[in-house]
Amino acid sequence: MMASSYNAKEEDGHHSGSSSHGGPGAIKSKKPDNTAFKQQRLPAWQPILTAGTVLPAFFVIGLIFIPIGIGLFVTSNNIKEFEIDYTGVEIDSPCYICAKNFSWNSTTSCVCSVNFTLDQPFESNVYMYYGLSNFYQNHRRYVKSRDDSQLNGVESNLKQPSKECEPYRTSDGLPIAPCGAIANSLFNDTLELFHINQNGTKQRVNVTKKGIAWWTDKHVKFRNPGGSSNLSVAFQGTAKPVNWRKAVYDLDPEDPENNGFINEDFIVWMRTAALPTFRKLYRIIQKKPNSTPTLSSGRYVMEITYNYPVLSFDGRKRMILSTISWMGGKNPFLGIAYITVGSICFFLGVVLLVIHHKYDTRTNSAEIPN
Amino acid sequence: MTWRSPLALLRDAVLSQKAREKELRSLVSNLPFEGLGKSKQPNRFFKPNAIKTNKYTPLFFIPMNLYEQFHRLANVYFVGLAILNFIPVVNAFQPEVALIPICVIMFLTALKDGWEDFRRYQSDKKLNNMPCLIYSRTAKHYIERRWKDVRVGDFVKVVCNETVPADLLLLHTSDPNNVCHIETSNLDGETNLKQRNALPGLCTSNDVFEPESFNCTVVCEKPNNNLNHFKCFVEKPDKEKTGAGIESLLLRGCTVRNTEHAIGFVVYAGHETKSMLNNNGPRYKRSKLERRLNVDVFFCVLLLFIMCLIGSLGHYLWLKNLSDVPSFLVSDSKGHLDSPSLSSFYMFFTMIILLQILIPISLYVSVELVKIGQIFFILTDVDLYDEETDSQVQCRSLNITEDLGQIEYIFSDKTGTLTENKMVFRRCSIMGKDYPHKENANRLALLEETESEENVIFSQSTLSSQASRYDEDSSPVDTHRHGSRHRSKMAVNRQSSMAFSSPLETQVIPDEKLLQQISRSERSSSGISDPYMDFFLALAICNSVVVSMATTQRQRVSSPSHSHKTNNPLESFSVLVKRTGSFWKVFDSPKQNGSSTSAHKRSDDANGVQPRALDTVTLSARPAAASGDVCYEAESPDEAALVYAAKTYGFTLLARTPNSVTVRVPSGEELVFEVLDTLAFDSNRKRMSVLVRHPITGEYVLYTKGADYAIMELLGTPYAEHLSGQQKKIAADTQYHLDCYAKDGLRTLCITKKIVSSREYQSWLADRKRALAAIDGREELMMASAVQLETELTLLGATGIEDRLQESVPDTITALREAGIKVWVLTGDKPETALNIGYACRLMEEGDLVINMSCKNKVTCVSILDCTLEEVRRYHEDPRNVDTTQKISLMIDGDTLAIALSPDLQDRFLDLAKRCRSVLCCRVTPLQKSRVVKLVRDKLKVMTLAVGDGANDVNMIQVADVGIGISGQEGMQAVMASDFAITRFKHLKKLLLVHGHWCHTRLANMIIYFFYKNAAYVNLLFWYQFYCGFSGTAMIDYWLMIFFNLFFTSTPPIMFGIMDKDVSAEMLMGVPELYRTGQGSGEYNFRTFWISMLDAFYQSLVCFFVPYLAYQGSDVDIFTFGTPLNTSSLFIILLHLGIEIKSWTVVHWIIMLGSVALYFIVTLAYSAICVTCNPPSNPYWILQNQMADPMFYLICIISTVVALLPRYTFYVLKNSIAPSPLIQAKHLDRMEPSVRDMWMKEWRSLRGGTEVKESRLSTPPSPTLETSVDFYPGFGDAASFVGEDMSLNVIGD
Repeated sequence: MMASSYNAKEEDGHHSGSSSHGGPGAIKSKKPDNTAFKQQRLPAWQPILTAGTVLPAFFVIGLIFIPIGIGLFVTSNNIKEFEIDYTGVEIDSPCYICAKNFSWNSTTSCVCSVNFTLDQPFESNVYMYYGLSNFYQNHRRYVKSRDDSQLNGVESNLKQPSKECEPYRTSDGLPIAPCGAIANSLFNDTLELFHINQNGTKQRVNVTKKGIAWWTDKHVKFRNPGGSSNLSVAFQGTAKPVNWRKAVYDLDPEDPENNGFINEDFIVWMRTAALPTFRKLYRIIQKKPNSTPTLSSGRYVMEITYNYPVLSFDGRKRMILSTISWMGGKNPFLGIAYITVGSICFFLGVVLLVIHHKYDTRTNSAEIPN
Repeated sequence: MTWRSPLALLRDAVLSQKAREKELRSLVSNLPFEGLGKSKQPNRFFKPNAIKTNKYTPLFFIPMNLYEQFHRLANVYFVGLAILNFIPVVNAFQPEVALIPICVIMFLTALKDGWEDFRRYQSDKKLNNMPCLIYSRTAKHYIERRWKDVRVGDFVKVVCNETVPADLLLLHTSDPNNVCHIETSNLDGETNLKQRNALPGLCTSNDVFEPESFNCTVVCEKPNNNLNHFKCFVEKPDKEKTGAGIESLLLRGCTVRNTEHAIGFVVYAGHETKSMLNNNGPRYKRSKLERRLNVDVFFCVLLLFIMCLIGSLGHYLWLKNLSDVPSFLVSDSKGHLDSPSLSSFYMFFTMIILLQILIPISLYVSVELVKIGQIFFILTDVDLYDEETDSQVQCRSLNITEDLGQIEYIFSDKTGTLTENKMVFRRCSIMGKDYPHKENANRLALLEETESEENVIFSQSTLSSQASRYDEDSSPVDTHRHGSRHRSKMAVNRQSSMAFSSPLETQVIPDEKLLQQISRSERSSSGISDPYMDFFLALAICNSVVVSMATTQRQRVSSPSHSHKTNNPLESFSVLVKRTGSFWKVFDSPKQNGSSTSAHKRSDDANGVQPRALDTVTLSARPAAASGDVCYEAESPDEAALVYAAKTYGFTLLARTPNSVTVRVPSGEELVFEVLDTLAFDSNRKRMSVLVRHPITGEYVLYTKGADYAIMELLGTPYAEHLSGQQKKIAADTQYHLDCYAKDGLRTLCITKKIVSSREYQSWLADRKRALAAIDGREELMMASAVQLETELTLLGATGIEDRLQESVPDTITALREAGIKVWVLTGDKPETALNIGYACRLMEEGDLVINMSCKNKVTCVSILDCTLEEVRRYHEDPRNVDTTQKISLMIDGDTLAIALSPDLQDRFLDLAKRCRSVLCCRVTPLQKSRVVKLVRDKLKVMTLAVGDGANDVNMIQVADVGIGISGQEGMQAVMASDFAITRFKHLKKLLLVHGHWCHTRLANMIIYFFYKNAAYVNLLFWYQFYCGFSGTAMIDYWLMIFFNLFFTSTPPIMFGIMDKDVSAEMLMGVPELYRTGQGSGEYNFRTFWISMLDAFYQSLVCFFVPYLAYQGSDVDIFTFGTPLNTSSLFIILLHLGIEIKSWTVVHWIIMLGSVALYFIVTLAYSAICVTCNPPSNPYWILQNQMADPMFYLICIISTVVALLPRYTFYVLKNSIAPSPLIQAKHLDRMEPSVRDMWMKEWRSLRGGTEVKESRLSTPPSPTLETSVDFYPGFGDAASFVGEDMSLNVIGD
């Protein structure tokens, strides 16, 4: 820019002009400041990655990882887990008929029961999960198909659900509550567990159905609409999701704290799984106060109200009983990973030690190889 | 303003367009039309003087800026993607959210553009409102108006020290000779005064110019941007035409000096002025790295395409495998599902949106930021600051810093670049007799010493009181000597505006014999036609030096607020006098210090010389003292040197006007020569002449000076037939002396004279006038007329001017060569001078094989080239010469070069040249310089750097990849054309070896890292597609993804690119070899790019699959699963950078830890606040939940360790087993300084040593080649030379 450049020049001229007469103090030199920052001489830590310097790091990693890995592995192995598939694909499966004759529209529910035996007693709290395979709850359009504001009890969204919910937004002109594909495909099998005593009688295993959802979800994220305690009033003017047998305010009629949007089974389902094979917490079998195991070993029967179709996508349904540790459910992977990585690091440490003795001594004396 | 029909407006627009397009413009004075409407104005078609350089207006800023920004392909790409996101079938994210990154980036760019434009607007406004004086007919005098009011056809009066508002045709000045002095430093940076002449024959009537009586028509050419060319003629009412050229044009932006006022006629105004037409804005150069970067961006696009294709294909197969419609497959609102092929087609675009950041959106912005930071550090480097001129390095191109680290070839000018371009008169030869000026040489040697040992000698000089004899005002100086020394030093700094006047250049100790000779001839032949007198008269007259008295010199200040400065010139001059005085003391000091053994010999010399020298000094001091304050302002330093030399011998140039030159001769007489014509210097003729009429004899005398080869051809035998023998002898002797001078590295000039008969002059004058009046082909005619006169010259003598090497030049060249850079010197000098300088600056070394190519026709040239090439190849293949490939030097002259550059020979020439370590081209023209650079750059595909200081280097500087200007003595044209401007050649060492290396490695690593970073992050999403049916789901909240790139991981790489330091500056300077890492493809090449991409794939695999396996089959939800992925990928990406960072300063720690902290703070805050704010993702309380879970930490730790383990181990192994030179240097860096220096020396000698050893073994490869010894005397012993030197001295024809 010529225009600006000769302005600058003019200024320069003034500088030099005025400095020549302002005495030595007034001289404004262009000399850059001799500061550490401007001269790029800030004190610096300059690590050089050589065998000698990183040796300790490898050993330390090895020495820390291996115990952690062992700890994780042992913990994981101590977790008791029992899993049973009740999809009913095989002909000999008790739920084969239910699975075959499925229709969303059927009004009568199909019930089947599965017998199983626990070889070992479960000592502490037992978590009961249902597991689905090949169910892509993480499909992009499926994940989107919900209205969080509606679930948060916002009145306007109750009547006018977000268009993300399409095509499960309205039904016969009425807004669906809860709208969207996720809610629509709510897992609706009922699983009941009975212990078969020595004398052959079935004894229901007591389960808790609260406390299975995140606290924040239940208390903050999900809220029932309206102030009225009567949910059927609050949800007036809305339709139930297409696939549902009952309305949202009938999910748990006995307990108003677990009904409507804050029904915990519903909340759990709405937290879409990350992977196509997943489990979701269904019930908790609390540890008994006395020393008897939560679930003693023996024969059990699980009665299933078979509502949920999975055969259309080659899915599987499972019931899982599992105790839990500080690291969650049973998964040996982390333990093995830690042990392996720890060992590799340790091994590398040894290799580096050898290399260090062969080469590093030379570099340290700064001999310059040509 | 009267209403005008649109038709009339349209017609006017067409007419003005036509008027502007015409080749010739006719302009008349505005005065008769003053006060009339616009449509009546004769010059209304031409642009007014108001300028507008800002691009935007506030109203249209947004659309115009957007339009500008969309010229960038990357922006179009990203906006296209954002728009794609609005199409419901393909969108991957919330459409509005997808616009954020591109909006942020475009907003920032717009902000920058807007600010720059506003600055331009302000400066325009300031300029447009500057005051100026315009003549008004109604007011009958000049009234003050604004610059923007100036119109073509106005009369403008410019007073002293004012800036010229528009291009003015000079009509009248206050000077009796009608000249005006201007300073063009605003235009080209040249600080010397230039003389402009008013158009003759316009105001002969009286001294006052009356604009109202101006009734001529000015016909001038269409505006162009050539600052040194202007064609115009003025047609009087009686049809008489007077031609005018650039010498009558005052350019806008110049400053009027030393002239009370000047009146001009506005010919071009505003944007049509030459200075505005020259104003093209900053140049945009693209660096090699950036070109490479664009290739890799293309690879990324390809990769993206492949990944999207995989995704689309996967989606298709996944859909195909579904036997029925499952409940998780969401149909559109009508319950309709797309067919697998259609939805997989849509999926392709969804994938592009999802994976778009594989093409790094912020990379371009980051690279620009990094370069700004790098330039900041180059500018603030105190080592590149020059005390003497108080200037630092200038970076004129902002985007090629990293090219400095990849230079393979340096093309250097010699004069002013390698040398100081402070011309010092050393010796002369008159009438075949050499006057060696030994004392002068001693003085120079001493002066050199004083520069290095300033303080020591200075303290000695305080002892000397005798010396004050030579010092007019010694007593005040003596008392506070140190203070005055300091002040004088400052004065030097401030007086930098005064060209070529250091004591080094102004002071010459005359040769005693020559003095005697002069006084003898003065007595004998009344000093009229004596060749000795003629010689010095020629020196004094034949030049374009402007004389300025100290009192009137350079009155810079006009504004009253700076009134105290009016004393300035006087005082500064007195300082100057003191300084020269102190120089005399310095010279004297060895005599005082006889005990010092080192100075003993010299002081003996000085003692011997002193008594006689004393006379000469007083002799020369006499006129100087009388005329006291004569100052010379020359366009080229050698002219000044010659004038000062003439002054020493009593021939003082007192005044120069366009028509006369006043010279005081030794007898004290003042002779006024009428100057009839000046044939200015041009690079084709290589000489200049002045035609004067001798005031005593009345003869027409032509004095010509020029390069010896240009002069020797023109010598005639004008004296008499019988003298021809003597003339021949003189010519031969002078030629011998010239060769000697050249061997000493002196610049030579021949001085000749010719007496032109009156008849001859008259006939020539007619031709000359015709040439002057011509508008077309004027240059050619002018030159032809000059050549016509410059024949049959009589040789008077020759001068040798020394141009000393700048400090540390040999050291710098050696270092550059060790750095693997080939240095070519291209000079206009004679081969001998060039060769001498070549040895002096260690471009060539003793024992080098020097191939000297010089031939006149193509046939010989071809055969020489072939033969040499053959020899060189054989030489290389010779097993005894292993490792000596770098030992050959090539020397070639301009004529041969012209042949060698012809298309059929250039390949062979290059083949030869690239086998040579250094190449010296002499007698080359500016155009050849640029052709050589272009050839090497294009054919060898190497990075070239051209460095020069003068206008003749501009071509070369512009052609080279990196152009460096040296702001020295020869004005600023080279600097204006350059990318970087330095003050000394030695600064090149640090600029390249340290800053170049740093900038390159920093930027290269930063860019590689940037690609890696984006690939590593985006691949996480890609791997997830395999587990979500290729449906385009992102498991990381989109806001967090944006933040991840915009905030969490953006600053560390920028900081890395600006501040990382792989090796310390000391090591880089000490071991130039380290520079080689950047050469060729450098650190950013195909291999490093793909390795880092592979690493990115590996790391993303680890980062994805460790959490995947850990959470497999559990009840984890999408965003809970994404959190450890996001977190560990943050750690991986930052720690990866941590491995790359070579030096951790406080800044590094703060930024790295700050980034991590920022991630957690922002994510935690976001997770706490956002309950339903960003559907469909549910970030609410997820990170909090995760951070309460030990699994989260365990997963993050192990994936980070596993991801980084290979790279870490690889570095460790490589550094331990086969350390690169950089790592070795780092090791050295850690040692004690003393030990380190020892090792550094050893390292350097390790390379150099082998070469020396090997070369001893080598023998000349072929006995057929002539070996010459006498060519290179004085270097080593002749015997070793015979053995090792091969030179081809084949002179064709």
